Amino acid sequence: MASVCFYFQVHQPMRLRHYTVFDHHHNYFDDHKNAQICQKVANKCYLPTNRLLLDLIRKYDGRFKVAFSITGVLLEQLQKYSPETLSTFDALARTGCVEFLAETYYHSLSFLYSRDEFAEQVNLHRQSIEYLFGQKPRVFRNTELIYNNDLAVFLEEKCDFDAVICEGAGHVLGFRSPNFVYRPKGCNHLRLLMKNYRLSDDIAFRFSNKGWSQWPLTADKFAHWVNEINGNGYMVNLFMDYETFGEHQWADTGIFDFIRHLPGKILEHPDNSFKTPSEVVASYPVMDSVDVPHVISWADTERDISAWVGNAMQSNAIHELYKLEKQVKACGDEQVLTDWRRMQTSDHFYYMCTKYFSDGDVHKYFNPYDSPYDSYINFMNILNNLKLRTARILDEKRKVSAPASASLGVGRGGKPLSSDSSRQHKDLLPAG
Amino acid sequence: MKVFMLGWEFPPYISGGLGTACFGLTKALDNLGVEVTFVLPRAVEGSYTSHVRMLSPASLLSQQGSPSLTKLRRTKIKPVDSVLQPYTSADDYSKRIEAILLAKRSGAGQAGSAAQMVGGLDYAGDMFAEVHRYAAIVAELASKEDFDIIHAHDWMTYPAAIAVAELTGKPLVVHVHSTEFDRSGENVNQVIYDIERAGMHSADRIITVSNFTRNIVINRYGISPQKIDVVYNGVERNGNSSKRPDEFGIKKNEKIVLFLGRITMQKGPEYFLQAAKKVIDEMDDVRFVMAGSGDMMHRAVEMAAELGIGSKVMFTGFLRGEQVQEIYKMADLFVMPSVSEPFGLVPLEALENDVPVIISKQSGVAEVLTHALKVDFWDVNEMANKIVAVLRYPPLGITLRNYGNSEVRKMRWRDAAVRCSRIYEEVLTEAVPV
Repeated sequence: MASVCFYFQVHQPMRLRHYTVFDHHHNYFDDHKNAQICQKVANKCYLPTNRLLLDLIRKYDGRFKVAFSITGVLLEQLQKYSPETLSTFDALARTGCVEFLAETYYHSLSFLYSRDEFAEQVNLHRQSIEYLFGQKPRVFRNTELIYNNDLAVFLEEKCDFDAVICEGAGHVLGFRSPNFVYRPKGCNHLRLLMKNYRLSDDIAFRFSNKGWSQWPLTADKFAHWVNEINGNGYMVNLFMDYETFGEHQWADTGIFDFIRHLPGKILEHPDNSFKTPSEVVASYPVMDSVDVPHVISWADTERDISAWVGNAMQSNAIHELYKLEKQVKACGDEQVLTDWRRMQTSDHFYYMCTKYFSDGDVHKYFNPYDSPYDSYINFMNILNNLKLRTARILDEKRKVSAPASASLGVGRGGKPLSSDSSRQHKDLLPAG
Repeated sequence: MKVFMLGWEFPPYISGGLGTACFGLTKALDNLGVEVTFVLPRAVEGSYTSHVRMLSPASLLSQQGSPSLTKLRRTKIKPVDSVLQPYTSADDYSKRIEAILLAKRSGAGQAGSAAQMVGGLDYAGDMFAEVHRYAAIVAELASKEDFDIIHAHDWMTYPAAIAVAELTGKPLVVHVHSTEFDRSGENVNQVIYDIERAGMHSADRIITVSNFTRNIVINRYGISPQKIDVVYNGVERNGNSSKRPDEFGIKKNEKIVLFLGRITMQKGPEYFLQAAKKVIDEMDDVRFVMAGSGDMMHRAVEMAAELGIGSKVMFTGFLRGEQVQEIYKMADLFVMPSVSEPFGLVPLEALENDVPVIISKQSGVAEVLTHALKVDFWDVNEMANKIVAVLRYPPLGITLRNYGNSEVRKMRWRDAAVRCSRIYEEVLTEAVPV
């Protein structure tokens, strides 16, 4: 048997505004640009694909299934700029054929820099998903499929998940196939699902490549490849960005027709099925344990994290950002905390990547900057302002609490005003 | 392949990028086995002194073991007496003539050759006449030379090049390093424009140093795009790896931001100063150095004073050789705020010396350099923002310097020479004699 397990990554960062050293305001994010991009992607990808998936789920009467991981930063933007998209996700959730995965709310690299912050963001995301879609996520995927043994052990010990997802990187798998369920090294009950990158990338990257020997890719051909797995694995993990549909691969490439016909072709074979990640974990036994001592990701050919922290600017920016954690949390200002967290989104560091930059190559999907240098400058200018702002609040708090604690013995800082964006954030969380 | 090349200047006695470019190109052509006869005006030493000291290439030729010349096996240098100098205006020219005449009247012996040339009936009195007189001499010289193709660098050589082409019937390639629009903005000198236009229209092929310049040639001179090729300049590696002062353990408490180039409208000195003002308002311990001289030098000094940043801005005057190396060692950042820069070799030189650069988007070099910060020359706010960023966030300078340096290493004159010789071959096959 072969079960097709689709999981789509749905994410858009909150892009920063152009911010010079001469700016002192606290509106760090470019609402106009974010609205524009969010609506554009919604119209080209999210809405048409959601509708198509809904049709297919109805047509195959529950036999077609998919999973999503939607970041908190995108959920906030959808609520603001494209509520219609959010309601189609809700409709998908109600079919019972769609699983929602867990990740860090801010699509951050926090696991690598602060375990406390990581746990908080995972919780925030889990609460939002539960609140919006009525599901408690059981399967975790980390930002950009960043993964190692430590992550698995942390998830097993500190969080309550059944499985974690990672890249089926060649050097990790060795002779093994990604089409089985594995157990991460050091874990007992947690399961590991690995991306079948060859078949995933056939859709996500090669679909419209006319130079590819398999072009054009038809549903028939793809189903045939899936059938070949029968006897050599339990499932095919097809993990990709949701923007593949209509955005990376435009509608005129035939990508929507491909998806429309795929379920029928897959289900033609009686042993085939569609399963969500949780169903896969529940259905199939563990094959082996997988040891990943070094950090891997799903990026580039290196499958490492050099796209986010590979150069001096990236490493400096991210260290400076996480250095601020204590102060940000101590100052008790919710807006400061939200801004700080939104700056953790991995895309901000991706824009600073100098790999391939001189070749004018990829790495620039909706990249708002002309160069990695411009992106670093902008980020650091904002971070500087955030730093000053945090220090000022802490300073005032100290001044206020010093005499108060002297007389009353209790010191509590003034409650900050709740701004628009922090309210936004609260809408995605259960009351209280 | 034999090339009859016409230029203005040649190292080590140069005042700008043209001489450097001609040297780099001829040396690389020489290595490819292309024979170059390089003709240039022999500057006449009068009592007139400008900020730029120009010596006769004849004296250079006589120098034993001159490093720049011994390397060129197949290249011949042919100086022709003339008072023509690069980067002069018609005004400067008449001043120089007066100075020479004065020297002649006072009977100064060293002005002998000048006296011969400008004296008597030959004396035409203005630069344009001299350009044409020069053309006649060069044409005569050319009739005694054997070559396949004519390659002329910038407008002053065009009349001579056209004359040689007409006389010999050989194909003409003109190489545009700058145009009148770069030098004078919208206040173009009509006579120079006409000479440039005539040269470009007479040419069988045009080489521009960037797409930036190619567009000007298309839009302002009415040249068909098919006739124009872009050949980017290379960088001459000087081999002496400069040590930065921090590597010597010298701690300096001031950051230094460098402007290096002629202080003239085209180079945007006023934008540099306006940005400096904003930076100084934002941070302490920063100093701005303007290295170079030019017709806007006094204006720039005044402007620094008016902005109240006089004590923070240093003017060094024209620097050469060693002094340039010294200033690079001190600098934390190089800024080229050019209003219109056909190519711009200086930022490459800065990167070669491990100084990160900010360059204006209105420059040809911005097309080839990716590891540089780029700004619109008029956007002084953004320029200041980027200056502060480089000074304040050390990883930025480190990354720019490291990647920029290795990027510059890939820009070779060899590639430019290969492109040129391919263009020569194309032109020669096109120009089948009827």
